[in-house]
Amino acid sequence: MMSYEKRFWLALVLSLPMLFAMIGMAFGWIMPGYNWIAFVATTLIMAFTALPFWQSAWAAFKHHNANMDTLVALGTAVAYFYSIFAMFTGRAVYFESAAFITVFVLLGQVFEERMRNNASSAVEKLLDLQAKDANVIRGGQVVKVPLAQIKVGDLIRVKPGEKIAVDGQITEGESLVDESMVTGESMPVEKKVGDKVIGSTLNSNGAFVFKADKVGDDTLLAQIVELVKKAQTSHAPIQKMTDKIANYFVPIVVILAILTYTVWYVFLGATMIQALLYAIAVIVIACPCALGLATPTALMVGTGRSAKMGVLIKNGEVLEEVEQLKTIVFDKTGTITAGKPVVTDILGHDQKLVLQVAASLEETSEHPLALAILKQAKETQVTTKPVKDFKALRGMGVTAEFDGQTAFIGNDRFLTDVTLSTQQQEMFTQLQNEGKTVVLVGLAQQVIGMIAIQDAPKATSKQAISLLKQQGLKPVMLTGDNKRAAQAIAKEVGIDEVIAEVLPQEKADYIKQVQQRDGKTGFVGDGINDAPALSTADVGIAMGAGSDIAIEAGGIVLVHNDLLGVVKALELSKKTFDRIKLNLFWAFIYNIVGLPIAAGLFVGIGLTLSPELAGLAMAFSSISVVGSSLLLNKAKISVA
Amino acid sequence: MIQVITLIVAVVLIGFISWWFFGKHEQAEVQAEMKDGAMQKVEVVVDGGYTPNTVVLKQGVPGEVVFERKDPSSCLEKVVFSDLGINQTLPQGEKSAIKIDTSKAGEFDYACGMNMFHGKVIVK
Repeated sequence: MMSYEKRFWLALVLSLPMLFAMIGMAFGWIMPGYNWIAFVATTLIMAFTALPFWQSAWAAFKHHNANMDTLVALGTAVAYFYSIFAMFTGRAVYFESAAFITVFVLLGQVFEERMRNNASSAVEKLLDLQAKDANVIRGGQVVKVPLAQIKVGDLIRVKPGEKIAVDGQITEGESLVDESMVTGESMPVEKKVGDKVIGSTLNSNGAFVFKADKVGDDTLLAQIVELVKKAQTSHAPIQKMTDKIANYFVPIVVILAILTYTVWYVFLGATMIQALLYAIAVIVIACPCALGLATPTALMVGTGRSAKMGVLIKNGEVLEEVEQLKTIVFDKTGTITAGKPVVTDILGHDQKLVLQVAASLEETSEHPLALAILKQAKETQVTTKPVKDFKALRGMGVTAEFDGQTAFIGNDRFLTDVTLSTQQQEMFTQLQNEGKTVVLVGLAQQVIGMIAIQDAPKATSKQAISLLKQQGLKPVMLTGDNKRAAQAIAKEVGIDEVIAEVLPQEKADYIKQVQQRDGKTGFVGDGINDAPALSTADVGIAMGAGSDIAIEAGGIVLVHNDLLGVVKALELSKKTFDRIKLNLFWAFIYNIVGLPIAAGLFVGIGLTLSPELAGLAMAFSSISVVGSSLLLNKAKISVA
Repeated sequence: MIQVITLIVAVVLIGFISWWFFGKHEQAEVQAEMKDGAMQKVEVVVDGGYTPNTVVLKQGVPGEVVFERKDPSSCLEKVVFSDLGINQTLPQGEKSAIKIDTSKAGEFDYACGMNMFHGKVIVK
């Protein structure tokens, strides 16, 4: 069985004599023995290039099915066999119609096939990213092990420039890793001991060893591929109508063709051949393929491109929901904010001393606030000093001897022993009003300064919220934190409405309330306790590919932990859905306009279509639908 | 005279097409057979549609549906189970086995890449 491409070229070459004859005819030259040349050439074209259409049309017919091949087979067969009959009874022949229809249909198929392969290759490309093998340390020796044989717990050595084979955690060394292929994040990410690495990402400059914790189908990449595959085969609800139409389309077109013939021949007094040509044009111009391809190809390209940008859209239904979103509710911690407290302000006459005392006292602590202080000290290169007589005071803080003097760090319960100056009191209140946690730092019975710590918004949160507002969406913040802290963060990123002091299990109920008030509501969250809210919302957006449960519950999953991903996700969803609508519109319009023209309805204004042109139009219509879907790859996104 | 004959033929043809394509033409379900005692297999011929149209797998036993594509049409070159995330190309003239998750009972519709031909796998 020849490929479409071979069949196309063969049909084209065989139809050349007829093309010459047509051109000659325009100049008043008639090819000698044209009928016989056309007969032989067309017979060859039918036998070698059109026969497969007839075969599958017949096979489908036996099963009470009809498809595009039915139409092509009918169109070419009628033109061909009528011409043979005409030739032997001395009438005008129309071999070229049969030949050219075949050529054009095959041309269309060639292009369509190529473009469809392009459209569906995104997932396979993702899998190509995988490393083929890895250097595993086994029994103290480094051995090259194929990807499939890597086990959980294996220690894997990664050299500069190498691909990371599977998911795991670094146990030794540090490096910059380019994760763009999986997360869509363009900047390389710094990785040190204890950090997670993702399989299939690219190590850049350093060398390190990591312990494999997810292999095979459990790796993030494998899960992404699985998700994208499901999305690409999913059905968008908008398709339901076209599915219904597809079932009836072809038989109805055949009936229309019979009606066309009958009306022209019996009632309008056209010649038999004229009526026949109209009927063939009707059969050939109808294109169920354009309708059938409109949604799946756009879905395929749209979800494929999103995946490359770290946005995983679960299915076609999500696309339609996104279109109607009015409000987006954000979880605060870990979504708008980084989820890790950082030092925002240090106040005092000698800020360096304040930080030094604080860091020295907290050096051994694992408390999140202590970690924030130590990080700040490290970043500003403040060195700690050893302390003596360390005492942890429950619910207050710690005291110890620093440089021969008693030092303390803790909350306002220390204020029973010491007092704040008026100025200090003012600052303390102000910082608290900003939603920050304030720790007092004291030395020799005096408060020498204070450090404000806050779970600060991510760098991009503000920009993302303002972009969403521009798109006409209303952002709402939902958090378990106290009102004051929540309000402060909300103000900083530009959110006007805050629902604070919500218990984790109540989140879903609040989403329901917002839905009743505003209509379609999205929810952006990351934690395990967000799963009910994610599934309650019309569009659940799970961030950071955090927990497996969140991925299950979300309609959209963002691989990268960044609010700009939400903007991208919504924009890509909208673009994809718009493209589906556009494709469907053109596919319908094409058939609605094409069929009457082919049937000769507009003959009064001189608008008719020969069967050959009808074939060309049909080929073009399905190419244009697939091409339009591929253009989604080029559609502009405001945050790239 | 010939006009009258044409008219009659046209009416008959339209009637036939409507009956042939839109009428109910039920097909029997085919139960998968056990192979080697450990798994079940059922073959579906892809030629102008799926024969048999509906196949039945037993729940809980690893199952495979083997598609044999005879039809040259590009319409049938893919088989898509939209509920199961399967979108597989069927090379012409070859048998392609597709594993079906039989852990849950249910009806899984499948279709060709353009959603023109339909078939069904029932797990029960």
